[in-house]
Amino acid sequence: MHEDADEDDVEQVRRLVETTYRDESRRVFATLIRLLGDFDLAEEAMHEAFAAALSQWPRDGAPANPRAWLVSAGRFKAMDVLRRRVRFDASLAELAARLEPTTAPPDDLEGPDVEDDRLRLIFTCCHPALPSASRVALTLREVCGLKTEEVAAAFLTSPATIAQRIVRGKAKIREAGIPFQVPALDDLPERLDSALAVVYLVFNEGYSASSGESVTRANLSEEAIRLGRLLVELLPEPEATGLLALMLIQESRRAARTSAEGDLILLEDQDRSLWNARHIAEGQALVERALGSGRVGPYTVQAAIAAVHADAPDAQKTDWPQIVALYDVLARIQPSPVVELNRAVAVAMRDGPEPGLALIDDLLDRGELAHYHLAHAARADLCRRLGRAAEAEASYRRALELAKQEPERRFLKRRLRELS
Amino acid sequence: MRFICLGYMDETKWDGMSEAERSAMMEECFAYDDELRRSGRFLGGEALQSVRNAATLRFRDGKVQITDGPFAETKEQLGGILILEARDLSHAVEIMSRHPGVRFGPFEIRAADDSINALIEAREARGGVK
Repeated sequence: MHEDADEDDVEQVRRLVETTYRDESRRVFATLIRLLGDFDLAEEAMHEAFAAALSQWPRDGAPANPRAWLVSAGRFKAMDVLRRRVRFDASLAELAARLEPTTAPPDDLEGPDVEDDRLRLIFTCCHPALPSASRVALTLREVCGLKTEEVAAAFLTSPATIAQRIVRGKAKIREAGIPFQVPALDDLPERLDSALAVVYLVFNEGYSASSGESVTRANLSEEAIRLGRLLVELLPEPEATGLLALMLIQESRRAARTSAEGDLILLEDQDRSLWNARHIAEGQALVERALGSGRVGPYTVQAAIAAVHADAPDAQKTDWPQIVALYDVLARIQPSPVVELNRAVAVAMRDGPEPGLALIDDLLDRGELAHYHLAHAARADLCRRLGRAAEAEASYRRALELAKQEPERRFLKRRLRELS
Repeated sequence: MRFICLGYMDETKWDGMSEAERSAMMEECFAYDDELRRSGRFLGGEALQSVRNAATLRFRDGKVQITDGPFAETKEQLGGILILEARDLSHAVEIMSRHPGVRFGPFEIRAADDSINALIEAREARGGVK
């Protein structure tokens, strides 16, 4: 009887180590990077700390604060590692000395600093001096804890390529002196832009995928949303909130945006009952919070546009005047021909195809979008609605020449067939 | 006159060298630098880390933008700088032609701009930040 109870206790402690690993390992890792100043050493130390927990907690009982225990154990393990290495490399002696327990204040292991460590890690991995491909790979590997193979699968590339990006990124962080810090207030907007761009890139990589590889890639969108939540939790800046809202509302349409055959379904043709109401509600509340801040950035405006769509029962009943007004705001704070193209499409919905077509033709005449397949596809669609079949066909053909993704090509071919 | 000598190198060539080749080449360069020091011609210098570890600042749309890079369309990258005292350009060329580093990559030799340096000195004399 007594032995059974012991075994239950042991089992319970083992489960605690497992849940602690799942929930806390990235925080422990981030804090160890701050204390040790080295990604690889921190990783090794973290794994040794969890190994130690597996053998010691069942014997001695679980500590009151598992995370602090793990960080502290990790530091000791790192010192062991360094002492072993010092015999081979004298330059490590200085680092080893720095890590002696007397030099670190005990409050380093708890409190707000520890939360900041994850933020430091995000800003370090998303530093704009790192090559963009390294930023994404490092963030997924070090902040999200994905395996190199998982990152490779999601980006349809080899683990060796991803490993190289990660190694180069870590080498640059070390050698170029990129600090493990949350940027100062002055630099924050720009550095936050860089971090948000990484998150949105990860999201889009998971969102714009075709059906074949959709399982692994959908996980990327989930990972991006998780990162977005973490950023909002740690640094509730309006644009971080806006990006999270944008991702949630886009994600809400996932089930409705492709057919069973993997074909693209346009927003106006989607079965809106398939939209995820929970994501929409959360996204809309976040948009309102971001708009309420009075500092409105491009992610927030895009999220607001998505929120207006989410409110409408169908394309006809959409509040197009409001969407055009939001595109006006977006074009002012982030001028780009693609934004103008989207605005033109919204104008066509508000005022009819002809004024929209005039705007798109202007844009195409300026040349910037001449090689952008969606500009030609949008033009084709408006010509089709105006009954100008020959023009529509020519534009669909041009779009098809430029489109690269298979679902988009299938969609354009389908439209061409429908015309004839 | 002071000349700034910018030493360029092909990083892929460097990456392809063996450890022994690298240290032999550097020893040669250091020996010549020492010779320049002894004759008072070596005013200073810095070796630079790989461009892979560089950050590029640009002013764009009214703010400073940080990127990685420089993106090397050219094969050769700045690997180090040397500040040299010489009588004139031909003297500087003569000295740097004997520098072993030139066998590894080109040197760009630029005279210090004394008119701008004079402006800076004048400003310091007026009590600018030293």
